[in-house]
Amino acid sequence: MVSNRPRITRVLDVIEESSTVRSLLFKDKLCSKAKPGQFIMVWIPGVDEIPMSISIMRDDQAGLTVRKVGEASTALFNMKVGSMIGIRGPYGNSFNPIIGKVMIVGAGTGLAPLMPLLEILTNKSASIDMIVGGKTMEEFIFMDKIKEILSKTESKIVVTTEDGSYGIKGLVTDAILPILKKKRFDMIYTCGPELMMKKVFEMAQEFNLPVQASLERVMKCGIGICGSCCIGKYNVCKDGPVFDSSKLKEVKDEFGLFRRDHSGKRVIF
Amino acid sequence: MQEPDLSVEIAGFKMKNPLMLASGILGISIASLRKVFEAGAGAVITKSIGYKARVGYDNPTLVEVHGGYLNAIGLSNPGVKEFYDELSNSKIDDLPLVVSLFGAKPSEFKEMVSILDELNIRAYELNLSCPHVKGFGIEVGQDPKAIREVVKSTKEETKKPLFVKLSPNVSDIVKIAKVAENSGADALTIMNTVRAMSIDIETFRPILANKIGGLSGPVIKPIAVRCVYEVSRSVRIPIIGCGGITSWQDAIEFFLAGARAVQIGTAIAYEGLNVFEKIKKGIRDYLIMKEKESVRDIVGLSHGF
Repeated sequence: MVSNRPRITRVLDVIEESSTVRSLLFKDKLCSKAKPGQFIMVWIPGVDEIPMSISIMRDDQAGLTVRKVGEASTALFNMKVGSMIGIRGPYGNSFNPIIGKVMIVGAGTGLAPLMPLLEILTNKSASIDMIVGGKTMEEFIFMDKIKEILSKTESKIVVTTEDGSYGIKGLVTDAILPILKKKRFDMIYTCGPELMMKKVFEMAQEFNLPVQASLERVMKCGIGICGSCCIGKYNVCKDGPVFDSSKLKEVKDEFGLFRRDHSGKRVIF
Repeated sequence: MQEPDLSVEIAGFKMKNPLMLASGILGISIASLRKVFEAGAGAVITKSIGYKARVGYDNPTLVEVHGGYLNAIGLSNPGVKEFYDELSNSKIDDLPLVVSLFGAKPSEFKEMVSILDELNIRAYELNLSCPHVKGFGIEVGQDPKAIREVVKSTKEETKKPLFVKLSPNVSDIVKIAKVAENSGADALTIMNTVRAMSIDIETFRPILANKIGGLSGPVIKPIAVRCVYEVSRSVRIPIIGCGGITSWQDAIEFFLAGARAVQIGTAIAYEGLNVFEKIKKGIRDYLIMKEKESVRDIVGLSHGF
């Protein structure tokens, strides 16, 4: 069977998350049954094909969440109900939801792969501490939904903004330290800018806590053969996108230090 | 019976086994190449490196079809200088590393080799056959004069073995092979991907951003076997078979057709890196069953019929 080929589907709904972020809902059985943290290659016909986290799964539908940044993400952002997109995947490994006390650290559209995880954890974990960061209040997405999901379980939510327009003023990583000093966690899940994740990982190391972080690299094939998304000996598309502490240690010479551009040239963070 | 010998030698380049990682697969970083070597490859070949950095084509750059994959990555590479930097800062002495090169003119090949030659690279493979980048690859690889100039001038710059990778997208591959041999090629890699296309019937659009790409995988294997067979009967230099090898039986078929070693690429998409150990074991068991001491003993056996 040929599976690594775009399945054409139509946009069923467009959800305005912020002035620059939208979620697109589409019908796709495989994606609706994906594991939390998995991603898809989304073909925007005539424009590009880009990796996107699955942020919504319900019935036979799935959704992605896109911030308009470049040409491809803007084209996806501008898609209307009824527009055709092509989907390959779901690809990659996934977050491993655990039973216990968990911390979730997310920022920006890094929250996208964390949302399906959050829903699973609600039914599983003893407690959830959710730390959400952003530059400014405008950028926050999913907040109502996060609050609603978290209301079903023992939880705490901390919000930080760099400009102080919402929650605590400062970086998301500043908010974590006092919490880690007070409470013992069984797992930290994180997705967001790589430098943030690096900091989260380093702090977790200090407190001897395990981490699962969802990484991002330039992706082309999505199936582990072209090598574009390599980090150390791993391919983010196949061995990731979720890297646990032991894998993060193995790629410490690259994680948070450099990535590769479309030519394969190393670019410093 | 004693353990069969899987080692092969190509123009002085000794490999512990006849399986090489084909160029274009996983070969961006030394760490990835090392992983493939550790998974059992006898040699690993980098992605094709050019004189200048190239970002390649937009996605989609890959799409699956029945029996294979179609790709048009577009020779994305960081350029020879950046690549040199990365190689010189990596431990490569124990790595049987072959560097693949592409270029638009002989002077580019010459210049690249002069930059790289001091490193512990075991051989070069000249990619004169990329089927989907204008001005590079196949446009060189179907022009006897261009092949002659590129091979000759690269040869002047290095003592390392030169493999020349040929395209099936020519009217007479034997003629092209002879030109490469007569120009000084030490071995021929046969073959590169086959020019092909796939169209999405819902959107009416070619799926690859570049529209046309190169077809690889099991679907092209019989073409590659034929090319190896025909060429190996007409040249003296060793042939490295490439095209759709996914099982040990496939590899054996190439040896019988006349290949001294084989390259594996797309099979990794189906089988993962275990494919190297699996094929190695299959070859070993086959040699025992056929009472052959060495993989070298079966090269070209089909020619006798």
